[in-house]
Amino acid sequence: MARAVTPQRKALNTLIAWTIGLVIFFPIFWIFVLSFKTEGNAILPPLEVLTSPWTLESYGVVQERSDYFKHFGNSVIIAFGSTILGLIVAVPAAWAMAFVPSRSTKNILMWMLSTKMLPAVGVLYPIYLVFIQLGLLDSRLGLTIVLMLINLPIIVWMLYTYFREIPGEILEAARMDGATLREEVLYVLTPMAIPGMASTVLLNVILAWNEAFWTLNLTASKAAPLTAFIASYSSPEGLFYAKLSAASVMAIAPILIMGWFSQKQLVRGLTFGAVK
Amino acid sequence: MGKIQLNQVTKSFGDVEVIPPLDLTIENGEFVVFVGPSGCGKSTLLRLIAGLEDVSGGHIMIDDVDATTIVPAKRGLAMVFQSYALYPHMSVRKNIAFPLRMAGMDKAEQDRRVSQAADVLNLTDYLDRRPGQLSGGQRQRVAIGRAIVREPAAFLFDEPLSNLDAALRVGMRLEISELHKRLETTMIYVTHDQVEAMTMADKIVVLQAGRIEQVGSPLELYQRPRNTFVAGFIGSPKMNLITGPEAKKHDATTIGIRPEHIEVSQTEGDWQGTVGVSEHLGSDTFLHVQTDASPDPLTVRTTGELSLRYGDKVHLSPRVEHLHRFDAKGLRIE
Repeated sequence: MARAVTPQRKALNTLIAWTIGLVIFFPIFWIFVLSFKTEGNAILPPLEVLTSPWTLESYGVVQERSDYFKHFGNSVIIAFGSTILGLIVAVPAAWAMAFVPSRSTKNILMWMLSTKMLPAVGVLYPIYLVFIQLGLLDSRLGLTIVLMLINLPIIVWMLYTYFREIPGEILEAARMDGATLREEVLYVLTPMAIPGMASTVLLNVILAWNEAFWTLNLTASKAAPLTAFIASYSSPEGLFYAKLSAASVMAIAPILIMGWFSQKQLVRGLTFGAVK
Repeated sequence: MGKIQLNQVTKSFGDVEVIPPLDLTIENGEFVVFVGPSGCGKSTLLRLIAGLEDVSGGHIMIDDVDATTIVPAKRGLAMVFQSYALYPHMSVRKNIAFPLRMAGMDKAEQDRRVSQAADVLNLTDYLDRRPGQLSGGQRQRVAIGRAIVREPAAFLFDEPLSNLDAALRVGMRLEISELHKRLETTMIYVTHDQVEAMTMADKIVVLQAGRIEQVGSPLELYQRPRNTFVAGFIGSPKMNLITGPEAKKHDATTIGIRPEHIEVSQTEGDWQGTVGVSEHLGSDTFLHVQTDASPDPLTVRTTGELSLRYGDKVHLSPRVEHLHRFDAKGLRIE
């Protein structure tokens, strides 16, 4: 039996949902507002901030002072590079675990997940030393590899879940039909797993784009992505709210827009195994 | 060609032996049905022949070539799965052409074979649809189409009709039998449905717990079951198996009599009984009669017109020439 929902109750629920949504969204909205104000107007009481004149001044200053496009380029390379590298490693791994599981498959999966529970700072020191030894500090290659490793458990887990949904008989049919392992993965498995793979890619790009701990600690200037670009505006000499806001907006806008357009795919992918 | 021989084939999963050493020869062009209750190893046996599972011991010969370690694709066999296992992202045409494409056949020949198969299977109008847009019966035909275009040495069917409704099942059963008559290719067909086995097979292999209980033509199995398991498994409704004093009278531990081999009379007969439930099928009526011969009710087949009601007293007489006798081990006594 469907539960009866009175109009009043529905209205109340809607109100609560919107309130929570707006509270969560408010900081982003406020950053957006401040980015269009002068430094002086940005520190006025909130109502006066809203009524003060709008300007693009901060954006101009930010672009002039630090090369936005260089950082943007670094972010793109690191986020997409680590994702592609991750897929190359994770697709065969997830395939093996989903279709030819061994007795220790479950344990390996749990072990991989457990690495996500380790505080990142716990391995900062050894990784930093390794990076010095290999000359990877402040390099895009080094950062791409680290972010790939950081997100690898999530990629493998997600792909494993999607692959598990694909009936084994279909792959056996491909084998009977004369497909080699490569052809089986290329022509049968991958096309069937595309929705899952797409959301894996999306989620991983977002995670890599937003990753700040490693990008801040392992880069200086050459390989610094947008996270480092924002951080450079929070200086000990005092905060410049307007410029910091402008930098933040420029850093999060690309990923926000990408997320906006792909949210349907993302939600579908993330709930793939749960709702059949 | 499509002669398949299993020599001392065994299969174990871990410590569990699902198929003890087994020998079997399937002649070229035969329609062989593996039948048995669920878990008897019939699907495993088929998968061993297909190469989807590795044998734990023994050899599989296909056309006198040792195929034990050959990969599935190179054995020259085609398989139709219970779930159809069609490629959901490909059109019917691409599904059927897939094995040809994998074999690197040229496009024109692919097209020719696909349209030929579609013609045979009445799929011509559906070639550009996706499997998701087809009914169960049509999907099954696509799966068969994908198997026949390869012109394999033998077809392997793994319970192909169990997902279809009863009416479609009868239709597809005929289609597959007809296909066999036309292609004259070896077919190995796995089912738990003994009606499918009886109606389609040239040769039935009855399996239980991975062991072959009996191999023979449907009528051989029906008329001369080698043991009580086969006697009880083949035939619908089941053969009546009676133990105790009644069996002793015939120098056996167990006697078996099929429902159609029992005479019913309201005046005289060997066993007295009371009619329980009767099932009217129109042409036949199956009576379940509680008698003094056996603790279990006996099933008796009579003509549709016979009007006996629940609780009526009847007399039953087995036709002695159709009596099956089994010893203490359950083996047939000749």
